[in-house]
Amino acid sequence: MSFWGYPRSDGAVGTRNYVGVISTVACANDVAQWIAKQVPGCALFAHQQGCGQAEPDMELVHRTLASLGCNPNLAGVLLVSLGCEGPIDDIMAGIATSGKPVAKVVIREMGGASAALAEGSRLARQMVTDASRMRREEVDDSKLMIGVKCGASDPTSGLASNPSIGAACDMLIEKGGRCIFGETPEMMGAEHILARRAASPEIGRKIIEIVNRMEKRSLAMGVDMRGANPSRGNIAAGLTNIEEKSLGAIVKGGTTPIEGVCEYGERPEGSGLFIVDGPGQEPKAVTALAAAGAQVILFSTGIGAPHGFPFVPVVKVTANPKTYQRLSEHIDFYVDIAGRASHKELGCDILIEALAVASGKKTKAENLGYVNFTDIWTAGTTF
Amino acid sequence: MERKAVILNSKDNVATALADLAAGEVVEVEVDKGAISVTLVDSIPFGHKFSLTDIKSDSAIMKYGEIIGKATTDIKLGQHVHVHNVASTRGRGDLAK
Repeated sequence: MSFWGYPRSDGAVGTRNYVGVISTVACANDVAQWIAKQVPGCALFAHQQGCGQAEPDMELVHRTLASLGCNPNLAGVLLVSLGCEGPIDDIMAGIATSGKPVAKVVIREMGGASAALAEGSRLARQMVTDASRMRREEVDDSKLMIGVKCGASDPTSGLASNPSIGAACDMLIEKGGRCIFGETPEMMGAEHILARRAASPEIGRKIIEIVNRMEKRSLAMGVDMRGANPSRGNIAAGLTNIEEKSLGAIVKGGTTPIEGVCEYGERPEGSGLFIVDGPGQEPKAVTALAAAGAQVILFSTGIGAPHGFPFVPVVKVTANPKTYQRLSEHIDFYVDIAGRASHKELGCDILIEALAVASGKKTKAENLGYVNFTDIWTAGTTF
Repeated sequence: MERKAVILNSKDNVATALADLAAGEVVEVEVDKGAISVTLVDSIPFGHKFSLTDIKSDSAIMKYGEIIGKATTDIKLGQHVHVHNVASTRGRGDLAK
């Protein structure tokens, strides 16, 4: 199988062709948003981080911004900075390694927001013009990295939509492609199964380590994590605790060996199935998949989650018939739970849908424009 | 005929409802190559779990063939199994104090 994408100079292939307008700190979000609104063809990435954080979190934020900029769905990148938040030139250099054009506009250096808007829009327009000359080409599906996420889960997620998406992952990986999933809290109680599937003992130990690290954060708060994860919505829908949720969640990555574990904001090397550390909360979890380089995201939902992402199409899959009927404007693919089709058959249909979306078919979230209000996760607090 | 409930692994002691089920209803659930019949004690909403056997307090609740927590009270065959009678053993900062 194949898909039609935009070949980039580093060998990666985009499924979209946006100019990314990336805010480097929460304080620059407004100008970044104005530029993205003024210049059709831009995709905004805004977030609440980048200031008042200790060094490990600052490093995480900057790494994530550079990785987002490298995502092949972006033809070029404009960074919007306030001017005091840190190594903007390092982030630019990180993005430039992908071979795409990258520019910056610094609000303080420009003498304020109005001048930054004018200059940023001029730069973005030029990049959009250049990007508009690019054409889709037919490429092998081994060029695809699918990010996998489940959100607003219910028991149908673990029964049907997650294992069907997992079957799609198995098929793509068999063809030489890549898949990645995260949501470390939702490995708690199932980490022994993932560790058994690690490609090396070291990777197995890393899986256990990221789960222990996440669990310690809830222990440090002195509370039962239940209510935060599983969320109130998960519980009302019938998920009793994190162990049950995790056992249903990990199957979304399929059954192949786990070839590596990335820290949040890192990009995996090689092919096969990968894990990225991070939270389950959607605006932060999807960012980790986009930063890893996913060009399409398969997102299973039980009670219904509307979010997409600014420059990576997010395909919403549900096996809950009520959700499919009630929220059809948000759901791209229905897995029939009462039917007798196997997970493998359903997974094949899901992979075909993912390749259609990779080739340009718009998702429901893209058509609605329900793609903003992203964020970056941080492990520590804000000071 | 559409399935009313599903058992995911033969080790499991709970089943998951695939429809809103009423108290008193008799539900046939497939397990391995056979089927078991359970008379529901409670009404079970879509997606929620009910017990396939009498479960003693403090013993394991099994789903997917794995332990998903432990019973906080004795649970009778056909009862609703959820947060009111099952505790998590993970992420329990409240117990770590």
